[in-house]
Amino acid sequence: MTFFFEVLIGGLLSGVLYALVALGFVLIFKASGVFNFAQGAMVFFAALTFVGFTEVLPGWFGLEPGSRAVFWLAFALALASMILLGVATEKVVLRKLVNQPPITLFMATIGLTFFIEGFAQAIWGANVRGLDLGIADEPILWVLDEYNLIISKFDLTAAGIALVMFVVLALMFQYTKVGRALRAVADDHQAALSVGIPLKHIWAIVWGVAGFVALIAGLIWGARSGVQFALTFTALKALPVLILGGFTSVPGAILGGLIIGASEKLAEVFVGPYVGGGIESWFPYILAMFFLLIRPEGLFGEKHIDRV
Amino acid sequence: MLYREAGQFKTTYQEDAQIFPIRQDRIGFFALLAFFFLVVPVVADQYWLQAILIPTLIFSLAALGLNILTGYAGQLSLGSAAFMAVGAFATYNFMLRIDGMPFLLAVVLGGLCAAAVGILFGLPSLRIKGFYLAVATLAAQFFIVWALVKFPWFSNYSSSGVITAQEVNILGYAFTTPESKYLLTLAIVTVLALAAKNMVRSTTGRKWMAVRDMDVAAEVIGIRLMRTKLQAFAVSSFYCGVAGALYAYTYLGTVEPEGFNLDLSFKILFMIIIGGVGSILGSFLGAAFIVLLPIFLNVILHSAVGEALPPGFGSSLELMIFGALIIFFLIVEPHGMARLWQIAKEKLRLWPFPH
Repeated sequence: MTFFFEVLIGGLLSGVLYALVALGFVLIFKASGVFNFAQGAMVFFAALTFVGFTEVLPGWFGLEPGSRAVFWLAFALALASMILLGVATEKVVLRKLVNQPPITLFMATIGLTFFIEGFAQAIWGANVRGLDLGIADEPILWVLDEYNLIISKFDLTAAGIALVMFVVLALMFQYTKVGRALRAVADDHQAALSVGIPLKHIWAIVWGVAGFVALIAGLIWGARSGVQFALTFTALKALPVLILGGFTSVPGAILGGLIIGASEKLAEVFVGPYVGGGIESWFPYILAMFFLLIRPEGLFGEKHIDRV
Repeated sequence: MLYREAGQFKTTYQEDAQIFPIRQDRIGFFALLAFFFLVVPVVADQYWLQAILIPTLIFSLAALGLNILTGYAGQLSLGSAAFMAVGAFATYNFMLRIDGMPFLLAVVLGGLCAAAVGILFGLPSLRIKGFYLAVATLAAQFFIVWALVKFPWFSNYSSSGVITAQEVNILGYAFTTPESKYLLTLAIVTVLALAAKNMVRSTTGRKWMAVRDMDVAAEVIGIRLMRTKLQAFAVSSFYCGVAGALYAYTYLGTVEPEGFNLDLSFKILFMIIIGGVGSILGSFLGAAFIVLLPIFLNVILHSAVGEALPPGFGSSLELMIFGALIIFFLIVEPHGMARLWQIAKEKLRLWPFPH
């Protein structure tokens, strides 16, 4: 039984990380109706930029490598790059594709994915790098003693950071002026425009926030498994999460992440051995697919009514 | 001056309904066919045949399959490589396990297996659409590759999961030289492309396009959505399956399941975006473009800067150019290169007096 809980908790914690990537998708989809496949590439780009800056900054300013100043400076610069990237995307790609069918926009973001992947590696090189956030990946001792459960300190901290992010974003959406504008744009572009909400700014803000989320996700994922090309596949992990939760719902992304994370690990450990293992690669998709057959709009998605 | 249709009167229904209604197009098409069937095998060297022409033809076929599904029937799919894998492995197993199996029959059966799997994974399209469906096809992509790796029966218990294609032998003639393999590929692709062209201008194709343009309206005017969608999935997967079989038998010779990964699926998707979504000609143009672009870039890069570049920079640059091109085409010419060709023809008809 202990083992079951261990697997379950491990799954839930990794699910939080999936949710973090999914959140970036949701933000953009909510505000601009674009299904941004490039979110995974943005996570990769953010992590690589951060690591790249931590490597070059000490040389530029004579700072001590690995110091706190380098960390925050690199963080700020990476964040600035992400915002720049987001604004550029909005200007160069999205504005030209206004009023195109959603599928076209989706394919454009696939093109964007490739561009960002190439761009990141052209600047910073394609090597795998380590990323140290200063949090050890070791079991929490008193939990181990008390309940005989292995819970990684790193995972728990990461989940904590993610949780803070979710709360901050939820509060921002709910109570600030910008948040209100975002929700208005999400509801109806034209109506928002006609009451004087600057659509351009809002979209730039959304892409900036999505860049911020990508940076956080990139730091945590990068610290977990190294900053490498495989980070772009976090986008693929986030897709079933989105489907399960619904494309427009922040709580959906969280709940979907938890469900996918937990069920994926449980399936791998308890069902996997009977069919040869490695089912983690496709289980979330099949699960999401069957879920869709029952509820096509996802857990918290909006019901869609077709009219001719 | 040469491209005029004045004086070409169509006096029978057959003439009115032919594929190329303009005489110059017909002549051009047959000249092109003759060129590729008769001249190319003689003049092209081994490298051109084996590394450029054969893969271009095979990818054209796969792109044709995806174009039927995505371009004509409007169902986005990210799993075309998986259906290619099904075709390749099914053909391999038919050849392996049935004595005296004719190659062409094995290819057709392989394609039919892919069609069956395609129908299976197309079932969710009845309930979901758009991005949701794209994710469902990702399920096919990952599941099929996983299954081919995990169950060694598919690869005849080879330890690495790699299959080696048997010798292709039709009516006692062994296809071993690049020239013969090229001709075989070309013949199969030509037949299937003509079939596709005819399919999309018949009732079937019109139904697909109606479903693509607005499925609810299509249903209202009496098109059975379920049948039409599944039919599109079946035909598309059949084309991809045959392409996969050719990929294994006339192009690479040995393939592994991992070779049919998501990257390949994306590549095929790019072919149809750049070539032209919803166009038969576009599948060919797009495939040629995607096959030739990396080679072209390589040559340019090497002649321009030599070996001075850091390793891996070329491939990064290639990714960037791919991405930028896709965005460029989507913004500037959403109908792809096929549309550019069409515009060129329109201009040619009026040339030299543009009014």
